[in-house]
Amino acid sequence: MRHVISLLIENESGALSRVSGLFSARGYNIESLTVAPTEDPSLSRMTIVTTGSDEIVEQITKQLNKLVDVVKVVDISESAHIERELLLVKVRATGKDREEIKRTSDIFRGHIIDVTDASYVIELTGTQNKLDSFLGALDASLILETVRSGICGIGRGDRVLKV
Amino acid sequence: MMLSGAEIVVRCLQEEKVEYVFGYPGGAVLFLYDELFKQDQIRHVLVRHEQAAVHAADGYARSTEKVGVALVTSGPGATNAVTGIATAYCDSIPVVIISGQVPTAAIGQDAFQEVDTVGITRPCVKHNFLVKRVEDIAPTIKKAFYLAASGRPGPVLVDIPKDITVAKCEFDYPKSISMRSYSPVSKGHQGQIKKAVQLLMEAKRPMIYAGGGAVLGNAAEQLTKLTKLLGFPITTTLMGLGGYPASDRQYLGMPGMHGTFEANMSMHFCDVLLAVGSRFDDRVIGNPAHFAEEPRKIIHIDIDPSSISKRVKVDVPIVGNIIDVLDEMIRAVEASTRRPEEDTLATWWKQVEEWRRRDCLKFKHDGEIIKPQFVVQKLWEVTNGDAFVTSDVGQHQMWAAQYYRFDKPRRWLNSGGLGTMGVGLPYAMGAQFAHPGSPVACVTGEASIQMCIQELSTCKQFRLPIKIVNLNNRYLGMVRQWQQIFHGGRYSESYMDSLPDFAKLAEAYGHVGLRIDKAGDVEGALREAFQRKNDLVFLDFQVDPTENVYPMVQGGKGLTEMILSAEDL
Repeated sequence: MRHVISLLIENESGALSRVSGLFSARGYNIESLTVAPTEDPSLSRMTIVTTGSDEIVEQITKQLNKLVDVVKVVDISESAHIERELLLVKVRATGKDREEIKRTSDIFRGHIIDVTDASYVIELTGTQNKLDSFLGALDASLILETVRSGICGIGRGDRVLKV
Repeated sequence: MMLSGAEIVVRCLQEEKVEYVFGYPGGAVLFLYDELFKQDQIRHVLVRHEQAAVHAADGYARSTEKVGVALVTSGPGATNAVTGIATAYCDSIPVVIISGQVPTAAIGQDAFQEVDTVGITRPCVKHNFLVKRVEDIAPTIKKAFYLAASGRPGPVLVDIPKDITVAKCEFDYPKSISMRSYSPVSKGHQGQIKKAVQLLMEAKRPMIYAGGGAVLGNAAEQLTKLTKLLGFPITTTLMGLGGYPASDRQYLGMPGMHGTFEANMSMHFCDVLLAVGSRFDDRVIGNPAHFAEEPRKIIHIDIDPSSISKRVKVDVPIVGNIIDVLDEMIRAVEASTRRPEEDTLATWWKQVEEWRRRDCLKFKHDGEIIKPQFVVQKLWEVTNGDAFVTSDVGQHQMWAAQYYRFDKPRRWLNSGGLGTMGVGLPYAMGAQFAHPGSPVACVTGEASIQMCIQELSTCKQFRLPIKIVNLNNRYLGMVRQWQQIFHGGRYSESYMDSLPDFAKLAEAYGHVGLRIDKAGDVEGALREAFQRKNDLVFLDFQVDPTENVYPMVQGGKGLTEMILSAEDL
């Protein structure tokens, strides 16, 4: 099962390696991991996408909680939540392809944020599925480069992850 | 007053009432050693290898309720310490390791004696710190001691660059520390405790299984009281030995791979299992699928939530300080009018006694050849079961655990989790420093002892009257035993040729060495050794090289599938 784990961690050097080291040492999967400071600069927030049985995910959250620098851990995929990922894709855009790519990008509510006479860079946010679908909709031979951020997640409604 | 970083480190250690620092100097810690030189409150113990510094600090901590302290230099000093740190980590021992680091400006420049100590030790410490400002030294050391000793204990490393030990600032040692990211649980959940007590009262075939957490949590007294109150059989793991008096009738010995027949059968066939500070280790329960075949309710008390339901699904988890949880349980049992049904319990005991009558630890002992088990039995007799006993890793470790009957906690020091050969002598040093007048015996083998043999020199310098009981069978005994049973008797590299004359070696270090060849001389030699109150005596027992450790549960087998003796092979 896929799980999305959000955590707050002291924003100190080495904090990221404590988390990633835990995953590699114990053989847990990381599908994606994003991290950045929060509005309180002493804290960083991470979103980790992982897969595993219920027992393994329970161990993952317990082990994360055990890290001395980790302040809070929540498996946000246990209830209603929102996931977003950022995709930047550079495509070859020449001739009649330019119009076609623009149309496809519009359909997915993407933005063309860089234009040359031979290429576009398209920015798109959404769930992992949406980004996958968009890439699928593009002619693969036109894709020059892609970069994805990994997902950020937040709980819906009143649920708040805060110190 | 402005103090240098080095002065601050020493002042912090004094504030923490540190008696001994086990260490080894080097370039990056010269200023620290200079400050140690100028004071006499803390005694520094100069070891001969940094691994032994951490082991000795670890042994000191195991034999007391205090935090052990080790001090090493950067680079090789720190890497040599890693085995010691990992050993302490695997057994949850509170140790603070202070390591020197190259000056801040040189970090990352591949400087002389530079390694990423914080990076290398990260997976084997409870936490570690790189101190970047002199103002951070005092709060960091305060945190280090707090983290090491609280919650589930463990080693904490503080890495201090050389320039930080020179820089100056005002010294103010924090009285207390609070960390928003770290708040270990202490009190157990009331509802869960109630549920647990109810389950125990209804049990038909109850069993108590206590581990190292009961000893480290200083809960031996409470564990004994609760066990007596309930009248249930109890087993303690390798790490839990002494957590319950081994000479008591309710005690069934150790469980697991080399556990007793009665402990393993009771663990397997009980209907309610109370696990206290134990973690269902693979060496304890054997094959988890086989263990799960027999239905039983499990209550698990542990300070560390991640230990619960890790390998075995638990019905009533209780996270908390063992001593507090057991106190609550005792109160609940005492307040309740309910008691386990006597007849049912008697029937269970009848079964347990039947298993016990197998006398699984009996061994053939005739003629002049020395049986290793016999040596440990005699050691127990000669020391009235009251010595601090350390061991290394292998057959001798299991024999010491099986045949030395520990009645008190913190008397048995061994590397249970990591299984580090070489710990025995430095553990004995730590225990002897902590308990200067008490008998300390290091039960070891000719292979293990050579992994830290250089510490005989430290023992001479500090006049430590340790008794080394070397069960010399000329083999890496446990490896040989597995090769005999699982590898068709192909003894690949498990025979050690060209062993030193250990008696002479001990003499070369300035100690007393004795070689014992005959069974009839065992007791006399042990008595002579312990009568020499001021001498380290190295007893080199030439034991039966073919002896195996029984009972034995093979890896991957179930707890009840034991090999009880050579006849079962």
